[in-house]
Amino acid sequence: MNDSTRALAAVAATLLLAAAALAVFGLAAGSEGLSFAWGRDWDLVAAIRAPRTVGALFTGALLGLAGAIAQGLFRNPLADPYLLGSAAGAGLGVVLVLAAGGLFGRLIGLANADLLLRFGLVGAAFAGALAGVTLTLLLARGTAQPMVLLLSGVVVGILLSAVSETVMLIAPEALRGKQIFLLGSTAFLGWNSVAVLAGALLVTLPLSLRFARALDALVLGEASARSLGLELPRVRLLLVVLMALATGTAVAQAGLVAFVGLVAPHIVRRLVVVTHGPLLALSALAGAVLLLASDVAARSVIAPQELPVGVLTAVFGGLYLMVLLRRRGRW
Amino acid sequence: MKRWLLLLLAALLAAPAWAQTVLVDDRGRRVELAAPPQRIVSLLPSLTETVCALQACARLVGTDRFSNWPDSVLALPKLGGLEDTQIERIVSLKPDLVLAAGSSRAIDRLEALGLRVVALEPKSLQDTQRVIGKVALALGDAAAGAALWQRLSTRIDAAAARVPAAVRGKKVYFEVASAPYAAGEVSFIGETLARLGMGNAVPAALGPFPKLNPEYVVRVQPDIVMAAATALAEMPSRPGWDGLRALREHRACGFATERWEVLIRPGPRLAEAADILAECLVGLGAKAR
Repeated sequence: MNDSTRALAAVAATLLLAAAALAVFGLAAGSEGLSFAWGRDWDLVAAIRAPRTVGALFTGALLGLAGAIAQGLFRNPLADPYLLGSAAGAGLGVVLVLAAGGLFGRLIGLANADLLLRFGLVGAAFAGALAGVTLTLLLARGTAQPMVLLLSGVVVGILLSAVSETVMLIAPEALRGKQIFLLGSTAFLGWNSVAVLAGALLVTLPLSLRFARALDALVLGEASARSLGLELPRVRLLLVVLMALATGTAVAQAGLVAFVGLVAPHIVRRLVVVTHGPLLALSALAGAVLLLASDVAARSVIAPQELPVGVLTAVFGGLYLMVLLRRRGRW
Repeated sequence: MKRWLLLLLAALLAAPAWAQTVLVDDRGRRVELAAPPQRIVSLLPSLTETVCALQACARLVGTDRFSNWPDSVLALPKLGGLEDTQIERIVSLKPDLVLAAGSSRAIDRLEALGLRVVALEPKSLQDTQRVIGKVALALGDAAAGAALWQRLSTRIDAAAARVPAAVRGKKVYFEVASAPYAAGEVSFIGETLARLGMGNAVPAALGPFPKLNPEYVVRVQPDIVMAAATALAEMPSRPGWDGLRALREHRACGFATERWEVLIRPGPRLAEAADILAECLVGLGAKAR
């Protein structure tokens, strides 16, 4: 075992340990603060805390993975599902499905959505995420210029959010109370959500790992990647689809949770120098840890009241990026 | 010279009580009204309803987007919401009084443009009584405000008398939005429930409309659940909420949109809200027997 594999193993072990420890807290953090009397509270633990904890882990993993894919694919450390317009697109997809449900007289509640409907929401979010990235790429005319790409992503994000807001204004009935959800919420993650999230993770993680080599080659630039025999357009399309699927699923289940996708890969890169294979896997793990930590804090700080989890991920993620900036003087 | 002074004095004394109408709004701002306002813009549904309940509906020339009661206000120009108030349209309506929520972002702008704004923020039952009084004063008939509140109060007491003994004092969980946000003991909804003799699943310490951990509701096991009909319909499928005994045993009331709006607006329809709540409780009481 050489040094770099040892460092890698240490980081993986640390993150796994953190996830496990947080999971214990996730099962204990209830409406009365921390309580480890799991036998007495079994119904609550099994029906509410357990799926919420696992759901937060999976949602965070999907966002972390999507962030790592985005940053590798666009060779841009600031890329994340939010800055590329894909999260805003996913949000718009969800809003449109909910509004349409309202129009057809059948109000779709995010919590009561049966499995089929959940897949419908995921499908809409996926399509929206894909549309968002595509728009961004079209506007930026490819990924050649990082600044233009980011600006396009921001513009598309603002535009799609504005459309969502307008739809919410037109159909307030269908969306009453859902604005909170769109800000990001882990409160109603149940076993149904966990099943959907797990499915998406099972598809996106192994598939994106298969393209890790391509992401490594892309680091050297597009010309080098091509000279290594990569079919760039195909690879890029597949990776964009995987990122959109991960983002769309996460957004459809937990709303627009900010910052996780951006920060997770940075945490990993700060801890260890790795190729994209381990980076993708560890970013998913770091995202899981970050979101579960935020969820546990959201439940505990002012229990039995809750803080919006998206606010906490932004605080944790933002603080981390600030520290990073100060220490290194660069991204 | 002395004659002039005497004449002036006489004129001042003879002037209608109007000249002295001064009211302090919820920002603590003194607002002087030289004459009863005839062109009123209301930017909050509960204030619109208050104006109309005081028989001054005909003096309204525009309302916010959400004001929809009584029916006559539907025909008035709609001037946006709290965040997107249409300043220019309001100015073009030339109102001599604008009633707005204290939290409205439009207030400073409207005042800078020379409009007279009274900011009122009804939050509790006591606030509602005060707001009705202030609006009545602004309209030029302070006595009408006191009379209206008296009528409301009597009607709420009558509703309370109808609440069956079988459900009296039971803990109610009243959900205002599915995050879940609840109406606590200290919200005006909680206060109305208290006047009906009901308990609340959300104690005063948590504030008026806390965002709760969904687990809290399952743990508290409220005796009765109240919510908008659509929210109530989705509750059983929230993680763990199938364990809510009140839902399983149908000790719950879901309110359709029109009735729901009556319940969640702290205005002159509070008594009607009390009637709606009492009707729900009478139904549950009949089941309990």
